[in-house]
Amino acid sequence: MEEKQKSGKLLEVKDLHVSFFTPAGEVKAVGGISYDLNYGEVMGIVGESGSGKSVEAYSIIGLLQSPGKVVGGSITLEGEDVLAKTKNEMVALRGSKVAMIFQNPMTCLNPVYTIGNQLIEALKAHDKNVSKEEAAKRAMEMLELVGINNVEKRMKQYPHELSGGMRQRVMIAMGLICHPQLLIADEPTTALDVTIQAQILELMKDLQKKTHMGIIFITHNLGVVAEICDKVSVMYAGKMVEQGPVDDIFYKPGHPYTMGLLRSMPRVDAESYERLIPIEGTPVDMLNPPEGCPFAPRCEYAMKICLQKMPPYVELGDNHRAACWLRVQEQIQKEQGKTNETKEVGGHE
Amino acid sequence: MAKYILKRVLMAVITLFIVTCLTFLLMNAIPGSPWLSEKTPTQATIDALNEKYGMDKPVLVQLGMYLEDILHGDFRVSIKMQKDRPVLDIILNMFPVSAAIGSIAILWAILVGVPLGCLAAFKRGTWVDSLLRVICTLGISMPGFVVATILLYLFAGGIPDWKVFPTIFDGTWQSYILPCLALGFYPMCYLSRQTRTAMLDSINQEYIKTARAKGLKNKKIIFKHALRNALIPVITYLGPQIAFTLCGGFVVETVFSIPGLGRYFVSSIQNRDFPIIMGTTIFLAAFIIVMNLVVDLLYKLVDPRINLSKGGN
Repeated sequence: MEEKQKSGKLLEVKDLHVSFFTPAGEVKAVGGISYDLNYGEVMGIVGESGSGKSVEAYSIIGLLQSPGKVVGGSITLEGEDVLAKTKNEMVALRGSKVAMIFQNPMTCLNPVYTIGNQLIEALKAHDKNVSKEEAAKRAMEMLELVGINNVEKRMKQYPHELSGGMRQRVMIAMGLICHPQLLIADEPTTALDVTIQAQILELMKDLQKKTHMGIIFITHNLGVVAEICDKVSVMYAGKMVEQGPVDDIFYKPGHPYTMGLLRSMPRVDAESYERLIPIEGTPVDMLNPPEGCPFAPRCEYAMKICLQKMPPYVELGDNHRAACWLRVQEQIQKEQGKTNETKEVGGHE
Repeated sequence: MAKYILKRVLMAVITLFIVTCLTFLLMNAIPGSPWLSEKTPTQATIDALNEKYGMDKPVLVQLGMYLEDILHGDFRVSIKMQKDRPVLDIILNMFPVSAAIGSIAILWAILVGVPLGCLAAFKRGTWVDSLLRVICTLGISMPGFVVATILLYLFAGGIPDWKVFPTIFDGTWQSYILPCLALGFYPMCYLSRQTRTAMLDSINQEYIKTARAKGLKNKKIIFKHALRNALIPVITYLGPQIAFTLCGGFVVETVFSIPGLGRYFVSSIQNRDFPIIMGTTIFLAAFIIVMNLVVDLLYKLVDPRINLSKGGN
């Protein structure tokens, strides 16, 4: 759809901190996460409920509800500082450059307006000069693009007359109608049943190839990640515990939390009726986060230092890094081994 | 649609029949008689009067005769308050006064109450919200005569410099203002509270998040997306309230000496003017039924999910 495909950095998030100021105290929902997203790249953000993955996404698009506030870090979209934008500039940004689709298509469309009305409205919000006929034409094109047939009839229908999968298609059409560079999909398949999930994923993959947009795909379903993402960020308690290309995350996970997530996922190629292995314990109380690594209280490999200090990131491969003391230890041992080797070699000389 | 309306009209007729029978029987069950006043007439006079108006027969026979009369469009004549004047004539004479005041009252109640409710919802937790909450709670809990009296005191003589409006209703436009204010205050406050609640509910819906994510301006989000969804409970309340207000607030009509239907209705009960009691009750009941039907049709207009032909609302 774009005449020439852009390349390079689309989005850069650096050391982002988001806090919610509740009567009970400050909740650090996102505690310093960084990542890059290139044009045409799909990044998955996985993590359990309350890990801050949605909050992080909302701050990109300026939809954080009070008492939530970005308290530190930077978000740069196509070279522009998003956090420095005024309210009106954010309104103009939403839906045009960045679009968002949500988890529950059953409640995300306004029940009292027709599909056509809501699609045209999304277009008109950013293109004041477009005529009614032109807007309707574009809306119908979008509906066709997302695989809806009988579009003229659909335009006049109300959300309750469509099925869940169809509504999610409409949501996607609505998100893409202004050709955004970045699409944030907040668990877009979670509320759908499995066959529809697969269809929607297929559609998103397809559209992504056609439009060459960047997608941030928020989910807690690793199967979905494997299906669609180029790279993955694993979040736990507001921190990014592991980040890397999708293959590395699946085949060489570096963080015990990622390993736990993988073990708790059902597999088609399982030997027999194996039981899934859950991650023991409960998520962190974000009001009183533990010192050190937030995952340590649930981690089977936890060491003394894990409870005291947050581990630094350790590079495990190309663009693959994890924040875990185990990996730090390994690296130190490896380096020591290397130095020992060189010493030995030196000794023989 | 036509089938639905037909069904509703049929139900309305049944409802009216029940209302008529109940009122007639109750009216006859209470002690007292229209013939009693300062000077008690002789028993012979009473008997003659009873015979003249058919009140010497058993109650059920009387009811049957009354039903037959109203089926022929005859609502009989007043037997006491405006002796021998047709009831229908009286109602049609008095209703316009009540309706004029009532419609102005309900109009300002909507025009002020709904926006105030929206304002309170959007400023929730701030001093604006608190102030509106105090005013509206006062308006809902204060009896009508207190509001009317305060208004009279403030603007009709209690404070000499502020005497801008007449105390008694005389048909001039100035004399409309205080009664309309007094009559509309309660529905205004109630509407405002209801709109606030419905609005808060609607703002927190997911489609509002979608509207924001689309990059719509705040104004459009509030008035297009939130308000229309918030209107449903508001309309529910408005239907019967419009009927009541248009048929006259008894208290307000009494305080301002307005020759309206509400006041007349109450004094007809005090005077045991049976035909007038029956006439006004049936009129009010029919009016409420019609308003409820209008409300149900409005629902369909506001919310396309409502399917009227499938078992009503």
